[in-house]
Amino acid sequence: MAETPTSTMQARQADATVGVVEIRGEITAASEKPLMQAYAEACGEETRAVVLDFSGLEYMNSGGIGLLVTLLVRANRQKQKLLATGLNEHYRQIFELTRLDEAIAIFGDVDAAVAAAHG
Amino acid sequence: MSRDSGNWAKPTGRLGAVDRAGALNANVAGRRINAANGGFGRLFQKTFSVRLEGASVTPQEVIQTWKTRFGEFWPKGQRMFLPASGIAPGEIGLINGSIPGTPTMATGVLVIYADDESFSFMSPEGHPFAGPLTFSAAADGGTTVVQVQELTRASDPFWELAMMTPVIGERMQNDIWRQTLRSLAAHFGVDAAVESKIVCVDKRRQWRNAKNIWQNAGIRSGLSAPLRLLRRR
Repeated sequence: MAETPTSTMQARQADATVGVVEIRGEITAASEKPLMQAYAEACGEETRAVVLDFSGLEYMNSGGIGLLVTLLVRANRQKQKLLATGLNEHYRQIFELTRLDEAIAIFGDVDAAVAAAHG
Repeated sequence: MSRDSGNWAKPTGRLGAVDRAGALNANVAGRRINAANGGFGRLFQKTFSVRLEGASVTPQEVIQTWKTRFGEFWPKGQRMFLPASGIAPGEIGLINGSIPGTPTMATGVLVIYADDESFSFMSPEGHPFAGPLTFSAAADGGTTVVQVQELTRASDPFWELAMMTPVIGERMQNDIWRQTLRSLAAHFGVDAAVESKIVCVDKRRQWRNAKNIWQNAGIRSGLSAPLRLLRRR
């Protein structure tokens, strides 16, 4: 588990090919280290997709969006997909505004995202 | 409701029309915002910062000044037309940029985020760069540090080539922020060097987005320049 005073990132592997990162608290530029660490922990040798679970997200600023863009580049470089779940209406709108929703598919819950990752 | 609700612009789809007195207004209304993923060139994270050593000013005061007087700190030849109230989420700024000997390029930005210590822009299709640009201030050991950080790609092959061209690339992008930060520091009575950190985050070009060149604001501004001259006569 990786932590800053304002955020907690919990990583797990749903199965051999899909990892999950649960994000709680804030995402800002200061979250880079814990988010990248959690992402690494969520990935195994065969990981093809990582689900970012935002259901515990309480605050995000524009630095957080920059961080997600950086994570997306890293995932693409490793030929992995990023998927998102747990976004409330406000954060869905931010994904739409910044067009992150075109690069990170959004699902209603983790199970749906994991199933889509296998599809 | 999230704590950050009031800080973000609402999704826009396509940018609406705005009227700013004195601005060449083109290549903004009807355009969509372009994200880094929708750009063409290599992805860079560029960070420019200046320490306001000796200035008795808080990060919040710096950002308040910057929000309301943004265009005043831009280098000569670059103009930003914002509403009189300054920078706020959802506002559109019109940009008239020029390089000596070339027609004025008209484009713009959308303010996607603003709080007391930072604000961010994204640009419409056709703008030279695609991706978020964040302006912020923070306290560091009793000194206010001001920063511009972008995570952008050149939006099409034309702009990528321009960025790779010695002098022009530096002048078009990096020097704007160095000069802006120097001007902002000078406003607070500080003469300080601007630190730059430029990292290539993704060296791959996104050829699927090469077609963005059809919306290139520089080319379109150049092609429409003779018409504008004729209308003035």
